[in-house]
Amino acid sequence: MKDSLYISPGPHIFAKGSMPRAMRDVIVALIPAIFASIYFFRIRAVLLLIVSIVSCVVFEAVIQALMKRKITVWDSSAIVTGILFAMNMPPSLPIWTCVLGCFVAIGLAKQLFGGLGNNIFNPVFLGRAFLAAAFPTLMTTWNNPVTLDAVTGATPLGMVKFSHDLSVNYKDLFIGNVSGSVGETSALALIIGGIYLLMRKAIDWRIPLSYIGTVFVIGTITNAVAPMTYAGGLFHVLAGGLLIGAIFMATDPVTSPITKKGRWIFGSGCGVITMVIRLWGGLPEGVMYSVLLMNAVTPLLNRSTRPRRYGT
Amino acid sequence: MVYNVTTMFAKTFRGGVHPAQRKEMTVDKKIKSVPAPPEIILPLSQHIGAPNKSLLVPGNAVKAGQRIAASESFVSAPVHSSVSGRVKKIQNFFNPVCGSAPAAVIENDGKNESVPFETIEDPYLFPKERLIGIIREAGIVGLGGAAFPTHVKLKIPEGKNVNTLIANGAECEPYLTCDHRLMVERTDRMIKGIYLAARILNVKNIFLAVEQNKLGAVFAIEKAARAINRKPSRNVPLRVTVLKTKYPQGGEKQLVRAILGREVPPGGLPLDVGVVVQNVGTLLAIYEAVYDGKPLIERCVTLTGSCLREPGNFMVRLGTPIRDVVKFCGGFTEPPAKIIMGGPMMGVAQHTLDVPIVKGTTGVVFLSKKELEVPDELPCVRCARCVDICPVNLLPTEIMRMVKYSRWQRMEELHPSDCIECGACAYACLSKIPLAQYIKLAKQRERQKNDER
Repeated sequence: MKDSLYISPGPHIFAKGSMPRAMRDVIVALIPAIFASIYFFRIRAVLLLIVSIVSCVVFEAVIQALMKRKITVWDSSAIVTGILFAMNMPPSLPIWTCVLGCFVAIGLAKQLFGGLGNNIFNPVFLGRAFLAAAFPTLMTTWNNPVTLDAVTGATPLGMVKFSHDLSVNYKDLFIGNVSGSVGETSALALIIGGIYLLMRKAIDWRIPLSYIGTVFVIGTITNAVAPMTYAGGLFHVLAGGLLIGAIFMATDPVTSPITKKGRWIFGSGCGVITMVIRLWGGLPEGVMYSVLLMNAVTPLLNRSTRPRRYGT
Repeated sequence: MVYNVTTMFAKTFRGGVHPAQRKEMTVDKKIKSVPAPPEIILPLSQHIGAPNKSLLVPGNAVKAGQRIAASESFVSAPVHSSVSGRVKKIQNFFNPVCGSAPAAVIENDGKNESVPFETIEDPYLFPKERLIGIIREAGIVGLGGAAFPTHVKLKIPEGKNVNTLIANGAECEPYLTCDHRLMVERTDRMIKGIYLAARILNVKNIFLAVEQNKLGAVFAIEKAARAINRKPSRNVPLRVTVLKTKYPQGGEKQLVRAILGREVPPGGLPLDVGVVVQNVGTLLAIYEAVYDGKPLIERCVTLTGSCLREPGNFMVRLGTPIRDVVKFCGGFTEPPAKIIMGGPMMGVAQHTLDVPIVKGTTGVVFLSKKELEVPDELPCVRCARCVDICPVNLLPTEIMRMVKYSRWQRMEELHPSDCIECGACAYACLSKIPLAQYIKLAKQRERQKNDER
């Protein structure tokens, strides 16, 4: 019997849950948004989702094999990257561009930095930023949802920014019946996923709350000051990539702070940068750059917001 | 439930985890005395501090209660034989705490002869130095698992001011119920032990801390304490404080924070904020040492786990090999896959049933093959669960990174020396990283660095 006893240091019991399970929680939380995207963009959404998931998983396995690392695609993190990548692409994006973006996300942003847990920037957004810089036209051509009459059209943010059209149909905006990236349009589906993540404690509520809150406050104030120029706070929360950014992108644990205070600053920082770009910048949308910029300062936030030493 | 009101107002500390309690297996099992085994193995040192030297040589006859090992150093506690018989050998033997250590093997002659115990009717007539001397001679150490000599904690150093005694009945480790049973079954004697310690320390406040999953113990103590508090001679009231069921609620620093709202400074002791914490089992041992003159030769131990035929709480003579206690409770229903001396959070895994029960043994947990968890370490995704739950505000994931990349020069600012080694970070970790071990490494390194200075 002596040989069959297992020896290890304590603790000898562990909390329920695991990192791969947390990843699967994110996938489950994305299901409503996936359905919404397929409903609004049909075959384009299906195609982008499949291509993006397959290429992320394949790139991860191949790069890990080439770098002589342990192949860890079963931890589902590449699947999460794949889904979120497709969600953040314009529906009309050519397949080869999508594959290239996935390569940048997995190869450059994730594996080159040392793989899961070591990346500084959100892989999906770094891949997207590359595509936005390299193929600006492809990345700003917006197919309307099939439920609308016209084939292409401006996003709500683009309409406000470039056409100064402040007439907003909040119902369409909430349901997702507007043009935009594959998975970002339906606020309803994203909020359902967010509630699920919060219930599963898979994300910290501080980041979405401070992010969305900051955007709402700045949107409301600017609208109150100049109602003819700026759309309201609620519009800025529901439009564009704000909800998918605040619920699924900014909350990526790897690239956001580990301290609670740091997360408050991170979320509100994202909110401020997003609104500066949206209201006064050259682009209609600023979620991606705000998250990437705050990713960059995360190590500094971690260092400057350490908890008080116990007993001092 | 009647308990809801107390539940709402239960005090606690910041952080912590909620492991499954699993106490139902033994919580209602009365303490049974385990007969003396044919042979006991007594490690010569069973405390934290200066090591003991053997007072006997092989062949010597001993009686129960006779000192077999001691040290002249103040921070030490003598060891007494728990049976009468003959010293067979003195050699290195399996030790539940440190793998292997010098121990006396004593053959039990079955006569159970003991040295005379000097009883005291009213210890309140004695000066406190005398009482501390009796406690020291009785070999009492912290029975909550730490095994720090009790008389050292009762002797307040010059310049320190202590006004509060906390009797620690939190028993926050899952599975263990021995303190709970002692509080229910030996209530009066334990409370007398508490008052005795309070008198030695000359404190103004006495708290008895119990987690809210032990309300049976709370009621028993409150009833007994009410009767005693009414007596005019005991003018310091004993207050029972119900704490949230949360690990590591029974840690000294956590108790002080939960009950008094004070934080023990870094590197300090509860003493530094005017508090002494003593485990309830230790306080009972103080009672027995002073009133009955009985040295520490047995203790209450919880033997539990689903592969045990009859788990329960047992009064076991020190030095009894686990094998004999297992035999007494009917053996195994299936072979255990892991044997843990202590609780499942901070206990030490054993490789044999031959290790003896020692002063610091709170329980033995037998995990079946099904319950055995062999963690597979995955990369850290910085989910910060460890940061959220650390009861002493550390950043375990940051310390782990610094250890992994050998960045020792910046380690100091992360204060790994503050770690209380409760293991809650490793318990909570989503990627099953042995964070507690990484922090221990950092701690050792820091200590070495300070020693070199």
